[in-house]
Amino acid sequence: MGLDVVLLSRVQFALTIMFHYIFPPLTIGLGILMVFMEAMYHKTRDRQYEAMARFWTKIFAVNFALGVASGIVMEFQFGTNWSTYSRFVGDIFGSALAAEGIFAFFLESGFLAVLVFGWDKVSPGMHLFSTIMVSLGSIFSAVWIVIANSWQQTPAGYRIVGEGSAARAELTDFWAVVFNPSSMNRLGHVLIGAFILGGFFVMSIAAYYILRKRHLDFAKKSFTIALVVATVFSLLQLVSGHDQAQTVAATQPAKMAAFEGIYRTTQDGAPLYLFGVPNNAKERVGGGLGVPGLLSFLISGDASRPVPGLDRFPREDWPPVPLTFQTYHAMVALGFFFIALTLLAAFFLWRRILFETRWLLWIFVFAVIGPYLANQLGWLAAEFGRQPWIVYGLLRTSDGVSKSVPASHVLGSIVLFSIVYLLLFLIWIYVMDRKIRQGPEEIAELPPEKLRGKGFFLAAAGGRGESMTGSSEPRK
Amino acid sequence: MDLNIFWFAVLGILLAGYAILDGFDLGVGILHLLARGDSERRVFLNSIGPLWDGNEVWLVTFGGALFAAFPHAYATVFSGFYLAFMLLLFALIFRAVSLEFRSKMESPQWRSAWDTAFFVSSAVATLLFGVAIGNSIRGIPIGPDKEFAGTFLGLLRPYPILVGIFAVSLFAMHGSIYLYLKTEGDLQKRVRGWMWHAFGIFLVLYLLTTIFTLAAHPEAIANFRNIPWAWIVVVLNVLAIANIPRAIYMERAGYAFLSSAATIAALVFLFGVGLFPNLVVSSLRPEWSLDIYNAASSQKTLSIMRIIAFIGMPFVLAYTTVIYWVFRGKVEIGKFSY
Repeated sequence: MGLDVVLLSRVQFALTIMFHYIFPPLTIGLGILMVFMEAMYHKTRDRQYEAMARFWTKIFAVNFALGVASGIVMEFQFGTNWSTYSRFVGDIFGSALAAEGIFAFFLESGFLAVLVFGWDKVSPGMHLFSTIMVSLGSIFSAVWIVIANSWQQTPAGYRIVGEGSAARAELTDFWAVVFNPSSMNRLGHVLIGAFILGGFFVMSIAAYYILRKRHLDFAKKSFTIALVVATVFSLLQLVSGHDQAQTVAATQPAKMAAFEGIYRTTQDGAPLYLFGVPNNAKERVGGGLGVPGLLSFLISGDASRPVPGLDRFPREDWPPVPLTFQTYHAMVALGFFFIALTLLAAFFLWRRILFETRWLLWIFVFAVIGPYLANQLGWLAAEFGRQPWIVYGLLRTSDGVSKSVPASHVLGSIVLFSIVYLLLFLIWIYVMDRKIRQGPEEIAELPPEKLRGKGFFLAAAGGRGESMTGSSEPRK
Repeated sequence: MDLNIFWFAVLGILLAGYAILDGFDLGVGILHLLARGDSERRVFLNSIGPLWDGNEVWLVTFGGALFAAFPHAYATVFSGFYLAFMLLLFALIFRAVSLEFRSKMESPQWRSAWDTAFFVSSAVATLLFGVAIGNSIRGIPIGPDKEFAGTFLGLLRPYPILVGIFAVSLFAMHGSIYLYLKTEGDLQKRVRGWMWHAFGIFLVLYLLTTIFTLAAHPEAIANFRNIPWAWIVVVLNVLAIANIPRAIYMERAGYAFLSSAATIAALVFLFGVGLFPNLVVSSLRPEWSLDIYNAASSQKTLSIMRIIAFIGMPFVLAYTTVIYWVFRGKVEIGKFSY
């Protein structure tokens, strides 16, 4: 059997994007928490907040570096492995990528330098400003890349020029591309997913410190802030997910049918499977538990409204149903788990017994794996569900690959990526583990504030002060 | 102004910006193993520590802009140079992680392994950039369907390899001058010696590359007949190169650095003039070449992208200035350093 260049290219893309996507959601989620902690320090001058901002910045930096290193692969890969796709979408997709570079990457990477290396080089106001800019940059980056991907899901604002293999999508309406039918819903969903991860990540490490009776003040404060963020966003994610599912039902019915295992268009209301095993051969969901009419109700508000099934689509236009179904259901189940867990913890916090409830803290130490998985599973479901299209309804994935790249080259690069990424993953775990064991600096170890005041004064004298920070920080 | 020409120029600016800024980072990497002992190596790493990541964004933006403005050129080159780009990606990954991870552990084996990785990745990335430029000048086999029709080994001809080695010498020189600005005392004295050596090697390779280009690829200067003012840049390029040893000799390393930056900018400019209006020259038939018209996106995309560039670039220049200002002066190793 010859090697299939399409399959190999898909495997490579999945491998590299999944590795990459370990990092950006964390930096996005941790970013807003760092902004909050540093702003609190700025406002209250409580040095515990400063210690928190410093510690989480260190963790952030390690993840950011890996995000950058694995991210450049993604940009190159459209051209190396998917050059026919690149020719087809360059007019639109390329623009979003270029905008990401100009608006997001320069912002992030520039101010990251101040964030990580600048603690005693710039004033606290300038430092806070840099933290805000890095956090904004990471969000902008998500904005552009989600717009680009959403255009693949629900193309808008284009026309097709040329015939056959020379056909390509040309931009006709920029704002229609930016606000394509799924982009804003999906952007919200992606960002909320990242914020939940940020919250669970901080809670995991903080819970570990509390259980080990180390850095108690630091850990309790960090945990509380992160719990609030995680609870609020877990609940919001329910709203966002519902909203998005409705969009999918309206714009990508084959994907919705695969999400929910609806093989045959129902006569009346469609059930919502809580779990089950879709079987393509028998065209039914086996061993499942379905709530009658609930899917119809969620999609349309009417429990007896028929939902179009996969029978409306020719077999060659079906997504891989079992994979789409399972990844989607696992993501949704995790989402409900986050809500239950954060509400329980919030209740315990309110009753003031949270930090004494060791079993719950132990759950939180490991619960961080949940949001990591949920973010990956959500993307898997979204991308599986779009198949067999690389641009929904316009270009098939099998037609998007590079014509001049032989399968053996792709196989070779997959092997190398696997080795290198495994190595990086292990080093990442090891370095993170070390940083977490080292823990935050005690307040007594922090450099005296007077010294930083001098830094601020010098900074102002050097002309790098408030004009750039835009901060109303009074000079001491 | 013709939008296609505008985007050709923007790509030139992004490429020059990348070569000047990441050029010294890569140069520091190429010289890294010359540093003795852990503390000197940390000085090297931290001289570029806060800056390299932002500098690499110029490359990322170059890639994005090429994708957006000339998708056919992006698609043909990236898929045609598949193995070369994979190598480049691994080099860039290893450079990033060796900077980030090297000083996270005390173990000497750990550190020396990352030191080697840092050197190799910097040198390989630079070499590949040069090979890519050399192949662009030389032309690559592009068929009528805009697809690459050659092999990886076909890209490794003497001329592109010479340009690759020339690029290594150029960035090594650029990096040595940068290091001179960032170091003090004994180390700086030694860096001064390397500057002279690097300049000497650069000069020899510059002359060789120039002669080889004129002899084997005279089409590279065909455009100078139509654009006579480009000769001014040739003269400026020679003056900038001549000013490097003068400035080093006069202890004005800042001027030497500006001169080597100007040299890089001029070389990128001349490369662009030589290529124009092509993006990728077909060595099979001239009419199969990808140029700024047959490889371009629609006029609508080019004009919207121009608006995005005009909004974005002032911010980019502002951040870059701020960051370079904050991290000016000699390297100090502190608790936040690599």
